[in-house]
Amino acid sequence: MPTQPGLQQEMPSSDVLNTPPRRSGSIVSHALQALLALSSRETIKFMHQRGRLLSALVRPSLWLLIFAAGFRDVFGVSVIPPYATYIEYQVYVVPGLLGIVLLFNGMQSSLAMVYDREMGLMRLLLTAPLPRSVLLTCKLLAGTFLSILQAYAFVVICALFRLDLPWWPGMLLALPAMFLTGLMLGALGLLVSVYIKQIENFAGAMNFVIFPMFFLSPALYPLWKLQESGATVVYQLARFNPFTYGIDLIRYAMYGQMNWLACGVVAASLIVFLGLAIWGYDPQRGAVRHKRQGS
Amino acid sequence: MNEHSEVSTPVSAPSEEAALALAVEEVSKSYGAVKALDGVSLHVARGEFVALLGPNGAGKSTLFQLLTGLFVPDAGRIEVAGFDMRHQARKALACLGVVFQQPTLDLDLSVVANLRFHTRLHGMGRGARTRIDAELERIGLTERAKDRARALSGGNRRRVELARALLHDPVVLLMDEPTVGLDPASREQLVAYVHSLCTHRGVGVLWATHLVDEAESADRVIILHKGHWIASGTAAELRERTGQRSLRDAFLDLTGESSVAHEEAV
Repeated sequence: MPTQPGLQQEMPSSDVLNTPPRRSGSIVSHALQALLALSSRETIKFMHQRGRLLSALVRPSLWLLIFAAGFRDVFGVSVIPPYATYIEYQVYVVPGLLGIVLLFNGMQSSLAMVYDREMGLMRLLLTAPLPRSVLLTCKLLAGTFLSILQAYAFVVICALFRLDLPWWPGMLLALPAMFLTGLMLGALGLLVSVYIKQIENFAGAMNFVIFPMFFLSPALYPLWKLQESGATVVYQLARFNPFTYGIDLIRYAMYGQMNWLACGVVAASLIVFLGLAIWGYDPQRGAVRHKRQGS
Repeated sequence: MNEHSEVSTPVSAPSEEAALALAVEEVSKSYGAVKALDGVSLHVARGEFVALLGPNGAGKSTLFQLLTGLFVPDAGRIEVAGFDMRHQARKALACLGVVFQQPTLDLDLSVVANLRFHTRLHGMGRGARTRIDAELERIGLTERAKDRARALSGGNRRRVELARALLHDPVVLLMDEPTVGLDPASREQLVAYVHSLCTHRGVGVLWATHLVDEAESADRVIILHKGHWIASGTAAELRERTGQRSLRDAFLDLTGESSVAHEEAV
């Protein structure tokens, strides 16, 4: 056999490879490293795809600029909690638009899951020596971290538009609310990814998740307007939409108020969605089963 | 392949107390009505190169999905370095290195970022960097460390995947048809390199393939056919048993497809 230029056949002089690798003993430190692995991978990939940040910001900015500007006089928003005074319509829609940033990125992370599964990268994740529940939770946290970054990028845009928002400490108080809502929406994305087998089906599924969630919520108008106008069915549907509560949670938090109902519903939805996603990725259930290849 | 064993003394020669690297006992798996694996048993000792030979559809892929913990077998046991895959999955997976049939490098990330992703998933902490450097040096790709994986050739991507599978010093290395899409020279290099891993690092290797020539140099050949274990032995033993002159003919004889092969030959 000719000697190859690349692959060394002898042991290297250093004995690095003869000593067993140091492995962190505790599962917590191991899980944190896995979280770091997934976060940095998602962030690096996000930075490479400039278009993604752009579209993540253009979407809510368009709503803010065109829609809200056009309708500011049509929808007068009277004084309702948590607002203490009459507010502009543009100010009203900001929590909802922050919600849509979180919703889109949560779904985009699950698209990445489907892509990774098709590309085989998912196998790498699932053969890591950690419980699947821990791996999926790390994945969820990594995606949510990115959601929060995008949400604050949109906050900067709102500042450029000189909106009359509660900047300080409101935007800091909104952080835990956005984090919890981001987790809940990301968990929903994970759950959706269990059942979507191919990327081609993704857009269709998104239409059934993103748009109903967005429109059946107080993102664009207060729900009492629906009730008042007699759209009872829509009103009732919106009341059963977890996204509704995510937006309320963020809206109240921005004004330094706690909406316990919203917080409870968002937290409960998070637990249910994540639990079902973990159940779906369980090897016993086999939801990650590939189509039997022709092999 | 004996030339490799003379280079230096083996790190951990297979010894009495060294448990089996991999033990599969009576494993079965069905997909609906299709029985993909039916009571398959096999084992790989430390430092042993075992070729798992089977035509397409023999159940190799299913077996690898079970071995990597992707799915759970309907019946039977899988042990990696003595750890049960079902009840001690974390410990078993920590002793397992895998090169998947599909390419699994993240092409948008650099070579070193791909490797670091793996060491973090394996919780290897701060010492990981030196191991990454050492493995890259071994495969001769130190200079390409910062390149994006996309810039590498198919052969080099496979090398990086192999290096990655070895980062956490596994007891067992699973290679699932790893030479698919490689040119003959790269194929030969890969086989030779993995043989040297068995000799020098005491890794037990299970190498799935449908290419008879890759199995030729194995310490042992296991033949799988239609979800069943058919035969096991060295290439010489299998030739002797079937009275055939080549492993290829022995393989065709054992899988009952020799008649087809003869027709082709005619």
